[in-house]
Amino acid sequence: MTTFEAAKLVAGREIRVKLRDKTFLFSTVLLLFFTALGVVLPMLINGGPEKVAVVGTTHVAVLERAGLEVITVPDAAAAERMVRDDEVTAAVVDGPRVLAMEEAPGEVVAALSTSPPVEFLNPDALDEAARFLVPFALATLFFFTTISFGVQIAQSVTEEKQTRIVEILVASIPVRALLTGKVAAMTVLAFGQLALIAVVGLVGMRVADVGGPVIDAILPAIGWFLPFFVVGFLMLAALWAGVGALAARQEDLGATTAPLQLLVMTPFFLVLAFQSNPVAMTVLSYVPFSAPVAMPVRLFTGEAATWEPFVSLALLLLTTGLTLLAGARIYQGSLLRTNGRTSFATAWRNPTPIG
Amino acid sequence: MTTVLNVDAVSRSFGERRVLKDVSFTVDSGRLTGFVGANGAGKTTTMRIVLGVLAADTGAVTWRGAPITRADRQRFGYMPEERGLYPKMTVAEQIVYLGRLHGIGVADARRRTTALLERLELAERGNDPVEKLSLGNQQRAQIAAALVHDPELLVLDEPFSGLDPIAIETVLAVLRERARAGAAVLFSSHQLELVERLCDDLVIIADGTIRAAGPRARLRDQYTLPRFRIEVDSDAGWLRDEPGVTLLELDGRRAVVDLDPGADEQALLHAALARGPVRAFAPVRPSLAEIFREVIQ
Repeated sequence: MTTFEAAKLVAGREIRVKLRDKTFLFSTVLLLFFTALGVVLPMLINGGPEKVAVVGTTHVAVLERAGLEVITVPDAAAAERMVRDDEVTAAVVDGPRVLAMEEAPGEVVAALSTSPPVEFLNPDALDEAARFLVPFALATLFFFTTISFGVQIAQSVTEEKQTRIVEILVASIPVRALLTGKVAAMTVLAFGQLALIAVVGLVGMRVADVGGPVIDAILPAIGWFLPFFVVGFLMLAALWAGVGALAARQEDLGATTAPLQLLVMTPFFLVLAFQSNPVAMTVLSYVPFSAPVAMPVRLFTGEAATWEPFVSLALLLLTTGLTLLAGARIYQGSLLRTNGRTSFATAWRNPTPIG
Repeated sequence: MTTVLNVDAVSRSFGERRVLKDVSFTVDSGRLTGFVGANGAGKTTTMRIVLGVLAADTGAVTWRGAPITRADRQRFGYMPEERGLYPKMTVAEQIVYLGRLHGIGVADARRRTTALLERLELAERGNDPVEKLSLGNQQRAQIAAALVHDPELLVLDEPFSGLDPIAIETVLAVLRERARAGAAVLFSSHQLELVERLCDDLVIIADGTIRAAGPRARLRDQYTLPRFRIEVDSDAGWLRDEPGVTLLELDGRRAVVDLDPGADEQALLHAALARGPVRAFAPVRPSLAEIFREVIQ
């Protein structure tokens, strides 16, 4: 059996176990629920398009074009009754005159008025909300995914160590295969979950008819976000396995994973804090630990030149190569030390207790 | 029956502590080899080196005359001293998984798992998660995990600790079957009576060095003293004054004596017969426990 076949078996088991794990399933369902809620909630709060009663057919077309729901009524009296009964927000009667209870219906008035034409000099510029929301969403997704799946990698490594089954495993397959299989399985699961969230989010936004311009603006950036995200995840995955192996029991994980949590959280806050500072963002988009978020954000806001993501991705790949080696070394050096927590230095100095 | 595993002058230190010093012994196929030693003598370290879980500092372990490869190790079965399976996976599922990690196909792994659980009287617990099993049954599952791929070499670290007497007999029978089918079995235990009853060959380790190794019968002969048990019809007290004889035990008509070097046991028998009928006269074979005590000194 080759190392690759062994890794495939390991990954298969990890995925099967996770897909049957109630905690994992529940958290996935919960995430999807909140995604759907986040998308649909604004629509629910707005209560859908405003209704307006109209006498005659003259204004129907212009009102409908403004996104209002038009109800045609025979006369002004009927229109007034509907306004008083709160069946419609406003009514348009001959004149045109607008009937409302106590608040001027802005959308109706605007639809009936003639505004001077506005010429956009920079039609592609995004509104302020999207400029904040997109970096925030990308950073949160990356942060959340790397932390939650990273911790799960560490837990799964510690479980094998704590239950001692690891000795049987390393007696039958190479340690490399065990590590590779585990990291691959968690990567597949992480991106499976992300894809589900993305589908629910995008479908929900289309259905609720919100955020259209944002989706259109984000789709090209997603093309870059994906490779950055995958490589960024892999860069940390082997390190998570390494710190998982340092722990002898699940209780040690808090301490052994702390440095790594910091390594994920610090770039997250830096990107959020400096997102409107082009110089800081440029630096962050090349530092491998913040690049998976910072570079796609710069691409999204149109600040990065075409060649920049290639350089940043190359740096990220290089770092990933190094962290994979370092993670594997720590993993090997601590996997069979079952007497209490292994220090980083011990694991690093004795990378091959295995024959 | 041929020598398949050869441990040759293996040494290993942990920091300043030398745990194994020039450890050498062999294991034959088709035989059960008992590995005996006190706690901390180096049994587990030796087994881990054989399995490739630990590296030797110096020395070598060979399988069928060649350095051990990954492919060879796939055909080894291992039951570590510190037991463990995935607590939340079902018994059958993880035995199938461990079989597949040893390179057997999924259908084969399933078939063998079913047969093995049947044989170990664990069939009805096959679909329970391991954590729901009693300790004794977990132990049986652990043995199944070591056997599922029909290994050519079985290395079992204290396979009988934690088993009730019935389970011991079951496991014993399974190990004998495997040996009869041609597997080499190396197992450690500190239950000396059990080892004495079960094994064909013995390896005794103390303080990181091999003190004795070889077929059980040969070791026994080697460590048999010129000691005889004698039973006569009247009081055997006269043995106290017999030349060339040291009286060890005297209980009325029964006695145990050591002969001085060069003394002839036939002369002693004649002397006894001259005093009356002799009901029993036999060499005293040392038990494994006695051999063990002697060689580890």
